[in-house]
Amino acid sequence: MSFLGVVFDGIAYGSLLFLISVGLSITLGLMNVVNLAHGAFAMFGGYCSVWLTTTWGLPFLWTLPCVCLAGAGVGALAERLLYQRLYRASHLDQVLLTIGLTFMAVAAATFFWGPTQQRVELPDFLRGQVSVLGLDLGAYRSFLIGVVVLISLGLRGLIERTRFGAQLRAAVDNQQVSAGLGIPVQRVFCLAFALGSALAALGGALGIELLGLEPSFALEYLVYFLLVVSVGGAGSVRGTAFAALALGLCDVAGKYYVPQIGAFIIYALMIVLLMLFPAGLQGRRA
Amino acid sequence: MLDSPTMTAIKLWGSVFSGFGALGLGMSLLLGGLLSACESKRAEPAAGTATTSASASPSTPEPEPKPGPAPAAPGPVKIGLIAPFSGPFAGAGKQIEGGVRAWLDQHGGKVAGREIELLVKDVTGVAPDVAKSLAQGLIVRDKVDFLAGFVLTPNALAVAPLATEAKKPMVIMNAATSVITTKSPYVVRVSFTLPQVSAPLASWAAKNGIKSVYTLVSDYAPGADAEGQFKKTFEAAGGKIVDSLRVPVQNPDFAPYIQRIKDKKPQAVFIFVPAGAQGTAFLKAFQERGLSKQGIRVLATGDVTEDQELDAMGDAALGVVTTHHYSAAHDSPENTAFKQAFSKVTGGKVRANFMAVGGYDGMAAIAQVIEKLGGQIDGDRAMEAFKGLQLQSPRGPIRIDPETRDVIQTVYVRKVEQRPDGFYNVEFDHFDEQKDPGK
Repeated sequence: MSFLGVVFDGIAYGSLLFLISVGLSITLGLMNVVNLAHGAFAMFGGYCSVWLTTTWGLPFLWTLPCVCLAGAGVGALAERLLYQRLYRASHLDQVLLTIGLTFMAVAAATFFWGPTQQRVELPDFLRGQVSVLGLDLGAYRSFLIGVVVLISLGLRGLIERTRFGAQLRAAVDNQQVSAGLGIPVQRVFCLAFALGSALAALGGALGIELLGLEPSFALEYLVYFLLVVSVGGAGSVRGTAFAALALGLCDVAGKYYVPQIGAFIIYALMIVLLMLFPAGLQGRRA
Repeated sequence: MLDSPTMTAIKLWGSVFSGFGALGLGMSLLLGGLLSACESKRAEPAAGTATTSASASPSTPEPEPKPGPAPAAPGPVKIGLIAPFSGPFAGAGKQIEGGVRAWLDQHGGKVAGREIELLVKDVTGVAPDVAKSLAQGLIVRDKVDFLAGFVLTPNALAVAPLATEAKKPMVIMNAATSVITTKSPYVVRVSFTLPQVSAPLASWAAKNGIKSVYTLVSDYAPGADAEGQFKKTFEAAGGKIVDSLRVPVQNPDFAPYIQRIKDKKPQAVFIFVPAGAQGTAFLKAFQERGLSKQGIRVLATGDVTEDQELDAMGDAALGVVTTHHYSAAHDSPENTAFKQAFSKVTGGKVRANFMAVGGYDGMAAIAQVIEKLGGQIDGDRAMEAFKGLQLQSPRGPIRIDPETRDVIQTVYVRKVEQRPDGFYNVEFDHFDEQKDPGK
């Protein structure tokens, strides 16, 4: 296979990592909440999509917007009921609550769907490979990259160009002053949390084809999401994107060219990058 | 990534929460989960004392049947079932328990006039220390007559010395590494071993015109077992192993590995990866990259396309050739009756797989031994009764090798096909009387 093929697969894998991790980056970096239940929100999205396709007969692509809405709803609910009480709590309290939520999610998924692997039916045009300029590219991977590019452009615009984005950045920098200036801090945080959860849910649904879906998903892939966020620098959308792409590329290239040690390459890369940039590639503060 | 105390803490929480999850499946499971969670919490301090008392006077459990006043009411025969009921292997535990309960349900729960009492313990995953303390509790406190279950090799290895000390028969219902039966004269296995099912696959491939094979296995002991045996048998039959890959046990994306295989253009690829997520991910990527269109065939041991997961793998698994000892599609009256009983006791949510058959046959073997001993259980006499024992199992005839206490059985060659009610491993060839070549 040509070098370009490896790059393509790496970018596709990195895109998926970015999509799921970016929500975690927002909550961890901007709102200072260590949300270890983030993987559970992604898993929720995956199961939502499976449920809509199997029980309601919805085509896979149509489930994606529904999954986003459901993810946002559940995220907002969790924020109002649980997370908002933890904004000023110690990180240990946050970890205890969120890891507890994760275990509850794993048990709930096992209860409702059983311990087995789930699957979704892809439409025909997303299956197999397409030949572009003599290069065999996976159809689904191309679709995935397209979706993620659109979402990240939108996300960047939202945070850097809109009123909501400005309010969010202000509220994060100094809650009290922002509140004094009339910014509805609570509502802004709730919306931001819902947004992060919606993206995680979407990532979970899109990831079924690549990563699979079973109750242990919430824990199994959490390591990768945390890795992306810590390398990218919590709170930075651009840093998360860089980190996800770098890790995705190195993972795929390592496994292809040197399969004997391929699986360890991303951890080595993480160590090197964190030594060079202790606060992450685009860390906000040390 | 996590250090071990954290992992233990997490596993503890896991078993508590899955206790809740089991609520709908039955009170017994719930109690089992919660009890075992409590037990493993206080197991640490208790463990030391239990070991010393057991090892200082190994004969203490023995003299109990002898003193005079006891025989009036012998009470139930107690079987301690150690398997994971929470965490990533929870499905396996439920299969085994379902198999055992299916047998009990079919036979009215009584053998040789004595009730059978099942004590179910959740070992939570790969946790040798937990397995050991659960077994200690079962032997010392509950005074069980048989230890049974054991899905994962490390757990079985940790318990084997206790079986020797306490002279308790230990019935392996799944764990498939060759070496387990050599670790104690009280271990007997009714399930299978990986070399036992990989060797026939290599012979079949060599006989059917496949000359070059690429192997890909998960990088852990069973993977190495499967790879080693396949290579040995295939090369002895004149085949050529093009290249071998070992991949992480939890590998998220198979694309780069598949691409390597595609570049080499072998006639077939032999895989061994954990069933479920890993097997599905591999086969999907295999389809997506058009390797089957190039005529590359997939060979695997039957646990990759095991019955519980097969429907979820769907089209991706079509045409995969596997060797194993049990398929839900096996056509026999024993299998039909077994499947009925299994779905009755488990509520019909999941299809019984080879682990359920392991539980079922293990229970059947224990029952036969109790019958032979006339209800008077003694460890050494029980082991003699296990040796050479024969069963008409849902998988076909099986027997226990008197030399190794390991199972001898027919290994079937199967192909994944779609039937009106789902995907099945359809048997089309078989190798009779297969012993474990790993010993």
